[in-house]
Amino acid sequence: MTSSVVSADSILAIDVGTINTRASLFDVVGSRYRFVASGTAPTTIAPPFSDVREGISRAINLLQETTGRLLIGSDGNILIPSHPDGTGIDAVTATLSAGPEIKVVAVGLLEDVSMESARNLAITTYAKVSETISLNDRRKQDERIDAILRARPDLVIVAGGIDGGATRSVNQLLEAVGLACFLLPRDQRPQVLFAGNNNIHEEIKETIAPLTDLHLAPNIRPGIHSEQLAPAQISMSKIFKNVRAQQIFGVSDLDQWANGRLLPTSTAFGRVVRFLSHIYDPNKGVLGVDIGASATTIAAALKGKLGIRVFPQLGLGSNLENLSHYISTDHITFWLSEEIPKSSVRDYLFNKAAHPASIPATVEEMAIEQALGRQMMRSAVSQMIPSLPFTLSGPEGDLLPWVEPILASGSILSNAPTPGQSMLMILDGLQPTGITTIVLDKNKLLASLGAAAEINPLMAVQVLESHAFQNLGTIIAPVGSARKGTPVLRIRTTLEDTSESQLEVKFGSIEVIPLPTGQSAQIQLRPLHRFDVGMGGPGKGGRVRVVGGSLGIVIDARGRPLQLPSDHDLRREQLKRWLWTLGN
Amino acid sequence: MLAPIIQISPLTKIRRHRELPVPGKVLVRQSQKVEALDTVAETILAPEHLMLDIASSLYVSTEKADDLIQHAAGEMIQKDDLIAGPVGITQRVVRAPRSGRIVVAGDGLVLLQVNSTPYEVHAGMPGTVTDLIPDRGAVIEATGALIQGVWGNDQTEFGMMQVRIDSPDDKLTADDLDVSLRGAIVLGGYCADPQIFQKAADIPLRGLIFTSMDSSLVRLARKAQIPVLILEGFGFHPLSAIGYNLLTSNNGREVSLNAEARDHYNGTRPEIVIPLDASQAPEDASLAIEDFAKGQSVRIVRAPHQGKSGKIETIYSQPIKFPSGVRALGAEVVLSDNERTTIPLVNLEKIA
Repeated sequence: MTSSVVSADSILAIDVGTINTRASLFDVVGSRYRFVASGTAPTTIAPPFSDVREGISRAINLLQETTGRLLIGSDGNILIPSHPDGTGIDAVTATLSAGPEIKVVAVGLLEDVSMESARNLAITTYAKVSETISLNDRRKQDERIDAILRARPDLVIVAGGIDGGATRSVNQLLEAVGLACFLLPRDQRPQVLFAGNNNIHEEIKETIAPLTDLHLAPNIRPGIHSEQLAPAQISMSKIFKNVRAQQIFGVSDLDQWANGRLLPTSTAFGRVVRFLSHIYDPNKGVLGVDIGASATTIAAALKGKLGIRVFPQLGLGSNLENLSHYISTDHITFWLSEEIPKSSVRDYLFNKAAHPASIPATVEEMAIEQALGRQMMRSAVSQMIPSLPFTLSGPEGDLLPWVEPILASGSILSNAPTPGQSMLMILDGLQPTGITTIVLDKNKLLASLGAAAEINPLMAVQVLESHAFQNLGTIIAPVGSARKGTPVLRIRTTLEDTSESQLEVKFGSIEVIPLPTGQSAQIQLRPLHRFDVGMGGPGKGGRVRVVGGSLGIVIDARGRPLQLPSDHDLRREQLKRWLWTLGN
Repeated sequence: MLAPIIQISPLTKIRRHRELPVPGKVLVRQSQKVEALDTVAETILAPEHLMLDIASSLYVSTEKADDLIQHAAGEMIQKDDLIAGPVGITQRVVRAPRSGRIVVAGDGLVLLQVNSTPYEVHAGMPGTVTDLIPDRGAVIEATGALIQGVWGNDQTEFGMMQVRIDSPDDKLTADDLDVSLRGAIVLGGYCADPQIFQKAADIPLRGLIFTSMDSSLVRLARKAQIPVLILEGFGFHPLSAIGYNLLTSNNGREVSLNAEARDHYNGTRPEIVIPLDASQAPEDASLAIEDFAKGQSVRIVRAPHQGKSGKIETIYSQPIKFPSGVRALGAEVVLSDNERTTIPLVNLEKIA
């Protein structure tokens, strides 16, 4: 996109994460919007500060030092708007992922229908469903009340009844919710989100609104076979903000600085993914993965429709202590390129949980962390893709559909010592198929751009196309099966200077064709043995223009799903060889 | 860069908030002297309710049932007390199935909150109540030695500490425990023996402090009925020199073992308090705000050298490349055995 600048707005984007708080500055440089710089400081939710504003202030101070631009006035407030002398800022955006999981009770009529939708809505943000109540539930009313009280929820999501459908059963379920609210002190009562039968909003208002904060959203299950979460997600963002404002000092001020636009980081991340799905190939989806300390987020979008899922259980912070409930140590050790005992991997998880801000300083700990990153992506994406609210075209089986591009964010990926390590983690963890590009969020800006897109969409587009992001390379991953060493793909590459090269790729290998960032090439693909590269079906090839990146063009012919040797030594040897191929 | 604090101090004032997670009743007074196991505040954390359908039980309409209910919301009742009735030829009544408090009465229903065991917050250390936190708890102040750890199983105890560690890299197995330790809080080295918890229960011990522990024992440690506290971390890690000297020199003293689970949001961490009589002691450093600086005593929290302590010799202004390949701000640390090593700043805690 080559649109010219339509507005000179400068934006200060504040992102409060579990470990770090980041202040990033975006402004017009030359004739385009650019990421200028960022300042990072530890997040200060815990004592001695117990207030996020201290971390924000420290991050902005560092940003001021780096840029020489005055952003905070003598009264300690952010200077809004900017002045002709270059001080201040035109707008502030804010994103937040820090804080404990939001405790949710999901209430729905039928376990597999509206209850499932209530649960699906909850996991679009940093929430944990700790109790469920439905008509299938055989507990008596007093037992349901006690279950809600025991769960001490921050939020009760109520779904049920197709529009114009059941009302009596919904009211019966709501009675337990209302009584539980009544029995709690007013300042301890959960927020209630009703996203069921649209026709009974007035009744719900009468019964629940006098007791606690009630949010009404369009029905998330308007029909037995249809689910629509998107409208209710707007209410979820508002509830998230309310809950965090009660839990964490300084969040209300942060929201005020952002003019009421504070967003959960995951929501802002999803917004970028959705935004890009309008711009890129309409026949393919866009995929985003963000591995953070508080959660792993997977977002996929197609033509403006978004599916997002947040996995707080797959965060790289204190939740690692409970990771074994979701991922076995064997699945992590499977990806190790070094010989490390299983007990050391387990010990690593607990030590990292005790000190979430710490980093791997040894080769062994880096190997464990990267193995963990692979398995977290693997686990998250395999749960997310089948539950997408739309169908992405792709190869048959439980494989990643055709997507373009893949946005990858999170310290584990962006702080990897080499681009090859980042790339191999993504290839192993997500196992992309067909032709795609991998964009690495090396400056941790994606969520901030998602928040900024509401104020200035052009800025979001122009920064996304800038060097603030690292294009790791174009991936070609043919899908099919063959014996190791069998040729499965022939590639003819024509560079911009018209020089040509040819390559025959064998099954089980990774090959790299150098193509620097900023250059493009025409490639002709000829899949063999009915391998599928996403160009119209198995065995079909064709010409396609691809762009360069840190690693150029990477052909991942290892097969999907990736099969690694079961023998430990052979597998480690294989992983090392692939890493070597990718320039490590 | 802001330095996270770990407190390992031979003498300090210790101020700790002891609060209920939800509102309840505060049981102590301002300036009251308390013992470690005294209850500071209590509440009903998981109330149990019984819903009595008066209308159905008495075979009457909702309106009629409301007239027959003999108690109002808020009233306490005993088991078998009359709740509603009598009505009809057979003089039908509804009696209280259990003792408790009526919380809702109307619409033909009575909701009874039955008496249940309260959740208590203890003082956790002998000291004085310096502030009351309305409906939640109190601030307790004590003087003594303080050693913080990295993991606890969320239990608290008070008792005599018996040291079963001869060197910082010692290990502890079930065979090292015997009946002479009955009622003691035992300080041991690295533990990888799953039998140790059963042996501790059989003797019984009042608590276990491990230098470090194999993470495969976490499940058993969580289930243990006594507090379990880990000082340095998981996997084999020797006890820091400063921690070793402090703990072994207090062998036989009474200690408060607050093995509370670490909470990264409210800043609590498991700790051992050794109460000492002292008229003057340095202020509690838990709320100190300091950036990393040359000369500070620090503890290393991750490999290599996890658990070792030393002093910062140099802080590098530019990121350094570490053996893992990662680049980060770092510091040169002189360890207590005079070895020099470079550690990422984020892998350090300032010892206060």
